[in-house]
Amino acid sequence: MDIKPEKTEVTATTSAIEPAMREQFARTVENMMARDERVALLLAEISVSLFKRALRDFPERVVNVGIMEQTLVSAAAGFALEGFIPVLHSIAPFLVERPFEQIKDDFCYQNLPGNFVSNGASYDYSEEGMTHHGFADVPVLRSLPGMRIVVPGAPAELDTLFRAVYGDGGRTYFRTSVKRNREERPVRFGALDVVREGSRAAVVAVGPMLDATLAAAGDLDVSVLYCTTVAPFDGETLRAHATAGKVALVEPYEAGALVPDVVAALAPRPARVEAIGVPRAVLSRYGTPEQHDEALGLTPSGIRARITRLLDE
Amino acid sequence: MDANIERIMRLIGLATGDEKHEPSAFSTLDVLWVLYDRVLRYDAANPRWEGRDRFLLSKGHGPLAFYAILADKGFFPADELRRFMTWEGILGGHPDRNQVPGVEVSTGSLGHGLPMAAGVALALRAKHSDRRVFALVGDGECNEGSIWEAILLAGAKHLSNLSCIVVNNHSSGLDLGDLAAKFAAFGWSAATVNGRDHDAIYAALTHTEQDRPSVVVAQIARAG
Repeated sequence: MDIKPEKTEVTATTSAIEPAMREQFARTVENMMARDERVALLLAEISVSLFKRALRDFPERVVNVGIMEQTLVSAAAGFALEGFIPVLHSIAPFLVERPFEQIKDDFCYQNLPGNFVSNGASYDYSEEGMTHHGFADVPVLRSLPGMRIVVPGAPAELDTLFRAVYGDGGRTYFRTSVKRNREERPVRFGALDVVREGSRAAVVAVGPMLDATLAAAGDLDVSVLYCTTVAPFDGETLRAHATAGKVALVEPYEAGALVPDVVAALAPRPARVEAIGVPRAVLSRYGTPEQHDEALGLTPSGIRARITRLLDE
Repeated sequence: MDANIERIMRLIGLATGDEKHEPSAFSTLDVLWVLYDRVLRYDAANPRWEGRDRFLLSKGHGPLAFYAILADKGFFPADELRRFMTWEGILGGHPDRNQVPGVEVSTGSLGHGLPMAAGVALALRAKHSDRRVFALVGDGECNEGSIWEAILLAGAKHLSNLSCIVVNNHSSGLDLGDLAAKFAAFGWSAATVNGRDHDAIYAALTHTEQDRPSVVVAQIARAG
């Protein structure tokens, strides 16, 4: 595994004042560890330097297992068995796809609490290539019963959402990303945030896709609903704003993960869903995340074209 | 045969079902008996008692001897064995911690239990507990990469509260060579014993070292 764990991601949209989302994760967890002795942090070499204080202050509750992601997850389950609330962290493909069966059996089957926090969302590590891309994380985890999925769009939102649920006994995946929205929103776990209202369609923007979605929607007569809790999905709010039966999903991971939830929310009415996101394909180019966005149409103009097509049908 | 083992064998005989993994169940019988009769601290009336030692059946396969011993020690009524692997029963082909009193972990997919045991050992250390953690793996299970991850981790973290038992009934298709030497190379205290010799098993399981985990390789003749 060739990784650059200490890479500091800075993009044009990252605020100069606020920490990036991953740094916020470190601050939040260190704060929770000081307040809650049940919190244990398990790392697999990634981001270790961000947790110097936690390693110093709570050496028995911070374990860097080395580069072994299956054991990262199983050992965390061991902490959960002993009453701790484990927080696990690595890059998305190494946290989710490599040890998937450990998450399924050791956490879900055993009904143990756990907080899985990834970085390297989608193609944040664009220069590293396909092995380091993580855009299937959400659809893969969505297959696990009871697995909650949180996709914040700003560092402060990560902090809010983590604090809301980290200790309630469930299993939650938190997806941190280099990509973020300029402003944080007053998010609530499990609830869609109604950013603006319109009549011809509901546009659901997930996490860091909100800014591009708002720019795309412009003067179109559509509702824009901001989603930071992908699972469980707030179908009730969507139903109230999708009276025309048309929904555009703008997801930062593999397109269409939320389609079954949208269809279920609108049932028995038929739903026309435009699923905008990363295609299920091998992305073999490198470059910057912005270049990938451009190539995949995940820009305001590309998103607007898809929404307009939906409205014109 | 030891009268205790004969009694456990009769309990195993209560079980019904088409797939009993008998060779696997009987290969673990003596080790598990010694563990539950002479080594582990537990309270069958309070299976999650904080002061217990932890036992994790990593390999999950062939749990009949495990179930029979748990029943014999009072974790649940022996009659439950009659419903082994049935719709009405709680005793599945692989154990479920949320259904069976005394079962610490739900296993079945190989290579999960020992890594979880390493986590439990680290967690007990964080709690400043002096309880011990035992994990039983099969030799076939030692084909799994995650087992070697855990062996590496436990050695590197000096988990002296962790003991692994490898029941080697030569089920692995790959030649595993000298298992004790392999564990020793990863920083473990290692012993090899006859898997039917209760006193030898007891002596090995009660041997601990200050700064490293220990393994007991229990040799069992290949079935059939």
